[in-house]
Amino acid sequence: MGVVQGDQMVLNIGPQHPSTHGVLRLQVRTDGEIVSEIKPYIGYLHRCFEKHCENVTYEQVIPFTDRCDYIASMNNNFGYVVTMEELMEIKVPERVEYIRVIMAELNRIASHLLALGTYGLDVGAFTPFLYMFRDRERILDIFELTCGARLLYNYMWVGGVSHDLPKDFERICIGFLDYFEPKIKEYNDLLTHNKIFLERTADVGVLPPDVAISFGVSGPNLRGSGVKWDVRKDEPYSIYDRFEFEIPLGEGEFGTVGDSFDRYWVRVCEMKESIKIIRQAIKNLPDGDVFQTIPKKIRPPKGSIYRRTESPRGDLGYYIISDGSPKPFRVKMRSPAFTALSSLSEIAQGWMLSDVIAILGSLDIVLGEIDR
Amino acid sequence: MTVDALMNWFAKLGDFPELAFILAVLICAVPVFLFIALYALVAIYGELKISSFMQDKVGPMGQGVGLHAGKWGLLQPVADALKLILKEDIIPTSADKKLFILAPFIVFIGAFIAFAALPFNQNLIIADMNIGIFYILAVSSLGVIGLIMAGWSSNNKWSLYGAMRSAAQIVSYEIPAALSIIAVIMLTGTLSMQGIIQHQSGFVWGILPNWIIFQNPFTFVAFFIFFISGLAECNRTPFDIPEAESELVAGAFTEYSGMRYAFFFLSEYANMFIVSGIAVTAFLGGWQSPIPGIFTSPAWGLWWFMSKAMFLIFVMIWFRWTFPRLRVDQLMNVCWKGFTPIAMVNIFGVGIWHLMLG
Repeated sequence: MGVVQGDQMVLNIGPQHPSTHGVLRLQVRTDGEIVSEIKPYIGYLHRCFEKHCENVTYEQVIPFTDRCDYIASMNNNFGYVVTMEELMEIKVPERVEYIRVIMAELNRIASHLLALGTYGLDVGAFTPFLYMFRDRERILDIFELTCGARLLYNYMWVGGVSHDLPKDFERICIGFLDYFEPKIKEYNDLLTHNKIFLERTADVGVLPPDVAISFGVSGPNLRGSGVKWDVRKDEPYSIYDRFEFEIPLGEGEFGTVGDSFDRYWVRVCEMKESIKIIRQAIKNLPDGDVFQTIPKKIRPPKGSIYRRTESPRGDLGYYIISDGSPKPFRVKMRSPAFTALSSLSEIAQGWMLSDVIAILGSLDIVLGEIDR
Repeated sequence: MTVDALMNWFAKLGDFPELAFILAVLICAVPVFLFIALYALVAIYGELKISSFMQDKVGPMGQGVGLHAGKWGLLQPVADALKLILKEDIIPTSADKKLFILAPFIVFIGAFIAFAALPFNQNLIIADMNIGIFYILAVSSLGVIGLIMAGWSSNNKWSLYGAMRSAAQIVSYEIPAALSIIAVIMLTGTLSMQGIIQHQSGFVWGILPNWIIFQNPFTFVAFFIFFISGLAECNRTPFDIPEAESELVAGAFTEYSGMRYAFFFLSEYANMFIVSGIAVTAFLGGWQSPIPGIFTSPAWGLWWFMSKAMFLIFVMIWFRWTFPRLRVDQLMNVCWKGFTPIAMVNIFGVGIWHLMLG
């Protein structure tokens, strides 16, 4: 952090701090309330994901992917199995594809709910957080009904899914969507259009599009800056090309394009789009056997592959090198939250201490994914 | 009133004025302390339950055989208080020990002695000073010294931040609060708490109580300025930046635990009551009944005062669970660019209105 002069003070935010969203340490140099330099220190949650993968078989990697981004485990499974299936050239049944999309989008809603709720918490609003958790709970109930787990699902397998959908899944899921859709308005009334919330978020922590691209920021953070980039639309994987949905972009409604509010607002809009996708998927859900194409032995041919998918945090990429044995030679995960965090020191500089916390919250990082 | 009555009574028994004074003050102080403690328990329970109703949860509940927190969770605040009392009292090794120990008591004393001038009903006021409202405004700012001491002596950067923020905030917000009280004093012509209440007796057109808040449009504005500034003085949301838990962990109280922390907590709730008490006295008719002609006995006076004060405290709790938090510079903007000029204009407005129509 260099020399500390005069009135300056070096402050460690974290690793034990209420709003670092995990165990992150931010070393900041402050002059009064103004923060002039931010240095994130990561690695407090490092669990050797990539090294572990080299010592387990391909199917045993899936539970590890759960534990990377533990807020959106389904999406992490999804990315891995899509990559593996492309490597092994497996064509999974239609029903599996639809189930995966439904689960991934449900988990996207759950993840965004948590992101928005904790962001509200960061700017001091406690009640929206609990409202959002109340509704997230219903999604977790649906997951529990489907695969028995509430947080770490291990649901998507290479070539299929671990369980078929429960008997009246469609009714429960539609019931949830009908319940949830009006709730978005409730959140907006309570938090989004609150004057204090707008004061705290609009024009704060502006991430210009060129800076976002040069840092490799992706997902809602990039779209908040007004860049139209969504892997689901631009490089469709699975069956995303069959659904009709919009890509919400930050428009700088109350401030500048790319401010904290835009990142927040993009997430709110994305939940609505996810609802659209789930409704379409449930309407067209075909019958079939979900275990049909699960290979007895996973032994991909020699070679390597990189495939990216759209997780709630952005481009989640898996780079897998196979040497023909049942264990991967190398698994590399491109974590979207990592790149988002790296842009923090750029965009939060010169803001006040309270804003640094709020900007960090608006980037929606998950330390499990950053440290792996 | 009460202190004077007691001293007169002691004077009849014998001629020992110093002892009589000390005894009279003690007899008054102990019930006030008990009242604060009891009220804090009620307010904490209220905070838990009200927040629960607002957030779709049930809050503390007594369920099953053991009745964990009593019926409807009534014992929860008692359990909280017991926990705080029994907790280990930690003083950080690098802290300035004397100041660290002293700070919570100074904060509490600031809140405690302000109760001396709060009129609970016609007779129940410890000392009806001729400068009552001025006295309360003066002593309630004593607390900020304690907060700075707490923040400085903890030898913790978070505490220092919290202390500096609260010093800036409380000192700034005292100005609009005091200016809006001046508007009231201009109408009543007295600083005595009972005098201000007496001024508000009677009804307009037989229905509308003659409270100061209704007397002219400028006092109506003054009430809101006072209440919001008061909110900032007690560090309640949306002005809770000194102890913003998502930024500063716990602000000036970060290093405190156990009984010392309980004293900070107690004084926060006591401050809420004082702000509500002043607002009720100065704007809402104090212990006077809002219904013409009935419920005017002293017992009802106590009821009206408490229910009005508790309503304002409910509003504070309601705010807390609804609003996000302001940033420190926005907070200062609101005070210096918003409330202070409006309160200034308000004084002239009240004067002109009073001159033309009063």
